[in-house]
Amino acid sequence: MSPRKRAKKIASISDLQTLIAQQKGRRQMETRTVIAVSSGTCGQARGSLRLIEAFKKGLRQDGLQEKVTLKATGCHGFCEAEPNVIIYPQGIFYQKLEPKHVPAILSRTVLNGEIIPEFLYVDPVTGEKPVKEEEIPFYKKQLRLVLGANPLLDPTSLDDYFSIGGYESLLRVLSSLTPEEVIENIIKSGLRGRGGAGFPTGKKWEFARKQKSDWKYIICNADEGDPGAYMDRSLLEGNPHRVIEGMIIGAYAIGAREGYVYVRDEYPLAVAHVTQAINQAREVGLLGENILGTNFSFDLHIAKGAGAFVCGEETALIASIEGRVGEPRQRPPFPAVSGLWGKPTVINNVETWGNVPLIIEKGADWFASIGTNGSKGTKIFSLVGKINNTGLVEVPMGITLREIIFDIGGGIPAGRKFKAVQTGGPSGGCLPEKLIDLPIDYESLTQAGSIMGSGGMIVMDDRTCMVDVARYFLNFLRDESCGKCISCREGTQRLWELVTDITEGKGTMEQLAVLEELAVAVKEASLCGLGQTAPNPVLSTLRYFRDEYEAHIKDKRCPAGVCKALIHYSIIASKCTGCLACLRVCPQGAITGELKKVHVLDESKCIKCGACFEACQFNAILIE
Amino acid sequence: MIHLIMNGLEVQAEEGWTLLDTARFYGLEIPTLCYHDGLSIFGGCRLCLVEIGEGPKAKLVTSCTYPAEQGLVVHTDTKRVLAARRMMIELMLSVAPNSKKIQDLASKFGVSQVRFKVRNEECILCGLCVRMCAEQMDGRAIGFQNRGYRRKISTPFDVRSEECRLCGGCMYICPACQLRCQGPEAETAVCNACLTLEPTCVDYYNELQCWMYDAGRCGTCVREAPEKKDSLGSSKP
Repeated sequence: MSPRKRAKKIASISDLQTLIAQQKGRRQMETRTVIAVSSGTCGQARGSLRLIEAFKKGLRQDGLQEKVTLKATGCHGFCEAEPNVIIYPQGIFYQKLEPKHVPAILSRTVLNGEIIPEFLYVDPVTGEKPVKEEEIPFYKKQLRLVLGANPLLDPTSLDDYFSIGGYESLLRVLSSLTPEEVIENIIKSGLRGRGGAGFPTGKKWEFARKQKSDWKYIICNADEGDPGAYMDRSLLEGNPHRVIEGMIIGAYAIGAREGYVYVRDEYPLAVAHVTQAINQAREVGLLGENILGTNFSFDLHIAKGAGAFVCGEETALIASIEGRVGEPRQRPPFPAVSGLWGKPTVINNVETWGNVPLIIEKGADWFASIGTNGSKGTKIFSLVGKINNTGLVEVPMGITLREIIFDIGGGIPAGRKFKAVQTGGPSGGCLPEKLIDLPIDYESLTQAGSIMGSGGMIVMDDRTCMVDVARYFLNFLRDESCGKCISCREGTQRLWELVTDITEGKGTMEQLAVLEELAVAVKEASLCGLGQTAPNPVLSTLRYFRDEYEAHIKDKRCPAGVCKALIHYSIIASKCTGCLACLRVCPQGAITGELKKVHVLDESKCIKCGACFEACQFNAILIE
Repeated sequence: MIHLIMNGLEVQAEEGWTLLDTARFYGLEIPTLCYHDGLSIFGGCRLCLVEIGEGPKAKLVTSCTYPAEQGLVVHTDTKRVLAARRMMIELMLSVAPNSKKIQDLASKFGVSQVRFKVRNEECILCGLCVRMCAEQMDGRAIGFQNRGYRRKISTPFDVRSEECRLCGGCMYICPACQLRCQGPEAETAVCNACLTLEPTCVDYYNELQCWMYDAGRCGTCVREAPEKKDSLGSSKP
């Protein structure tokens, strides 16, 4: 970073008010074209940095630096379309760009206002090419209250955050609300923890507020460990000040003097952006002693996690910050009574903190009007797996799985059939097709044998074996269990052994009964949330897909054709055209044949890798 | 004084007592393994599970770590507790079948088979040795390594620690490596020889009813109540 002038401290509440008004005015008066390049970790992985370099070069060459602002923003959510850019003020959405496309965009769109159809998103169903972000089906049904600001912001600029009304909620809190009123607002809004368990946030705060202590802490839990889930990363990368604003408001409400953002070190960009944002906030006096000249003092630190899944559990997280081994302990006492270094501590998830400024800004009643009876507001899900539109979706609570998977997600690729969706990460459950019209909220998911979790949503098609899915998640959990209590450590290991036996065709019906008995015992006897939910993959697949388990055991058959020990590859002679495609890709040399003659597969050499199946254009490879 | 209800009895606990302390004070037996009076509480063996609360919110917690709370309803030996406890014993037995302590627990709670592949690791990672070394011997020579199924107890970097004075405290307190069970067959891994007790009343009441803690061997209560009862102590209509 180039050396820059130290930002001036904001001395009072009215100074902040003036500053925000100035920045908002700047945004309104903005006449320059803004090119917002989605450049979160996901965008960067798909080449957004090269794209930005190309834009920079192009702008220099065309002499457009004065007319165009280039912004590397956080993730826009539509991972499938990365790297994408939105060109403001028109809001034109271009997707899957490469550096070679840049000159055309600059000369045709930026200079002449022309829309280039090749770069637009194409609706695979209707063939239409929507121009603007909000017209794309992926975004249409979403309600992006928390993530919506990502494309508007340079996450490294505090002024940018001011310009969209950032820190206005804090301003309101400090100028006109007592801590009790803030808590009342949060309780009234019905906000519940977005990290998994769904505990009412306001109640937690109230609990901590009432504790008498000389020092209190708040913690932001950004230890997002579920495979395939990255909501928190995206929010921290794309809009770190929003999370910080939520935390300052929370600290004011609870009476906390110090806070931590516990973020995993595997999120380097998130760590960098949050660190920078905290430094910026401290420099201008939004953090530190006597914030904005009031007698409220609060400061924030970063604590980096080493990637243990169990450290997302709050008592293990606290142990980890304290420098001890990340192992949970029995509650009570709850952290709100005795948490970090024995002091009252409130731990909320990134998304929960991100919702706080929104509630203060728009009001508790407005927030409570979104969602279902017990679950209010929106929830961000990371929609991944066998789905056309992979990405982060933010939807109101109570939306059905069908709307998420088919309307937003665009259905299952390659014309395959939807089979199940796994919600809540590794310790969540698999919901079958018959529950596709289930409205999603905390209660309905729990009732169906899954959990909301932090918002992972893995879609599976009919070529997914549910026993294999259970085995996969158990393998993750037996590795990530901290190992403190025998039920979780030995229990997940034995569950994994039993399920592995079944996938290898060595299972018996007696073992299936043991599996079920053990799963229940692990759920009942374990110490923390990890162990208590660890058997969910087994229990939910047993509940909805028992026939698949039985097929593996009784018929020694894997209906989805996944479990290697139970499947055989062969070539259907009537369909084989003798094109040599499979023969060329087979790493084992198991396929022999000549051009235009039916090929032969030698099963003794076959390792069942599936390469031939992928290569064959004529569906001549049979897996059974 | 904290007033709570344990197995239907009104009991009183002092401030700072756990459920285990309370139960022991009243002579209610709860099995423990990783718990030791002279060491800090761990909560790892899950044997001292009890059921707290009522109705759908009832849950199992370890009594060694759970504080006595005003008005709490506790049951120490419900069917649910016993089922979980048995499974914990079976899991322990499957990794340390040569421990007499665990074999005795198996006998006492009627664990008559091990349905998992036996691994003779002779350690159930209860952490008694680690705490003994750190807290009583002021040694801190051993500790846990890794997590999940790779977890083990060892010295730092697996070399002999300079902190270790070879006092033997770790071996003294170990439930698995000192007292050996000579009984079990390798195939079944369950001995069931020394202590065979069969609680006769659990089938009738869903809960062990024996105030003498004779594990219900005498059968008197069953003779008096021929009708099977459904939930905790209440007669089925």
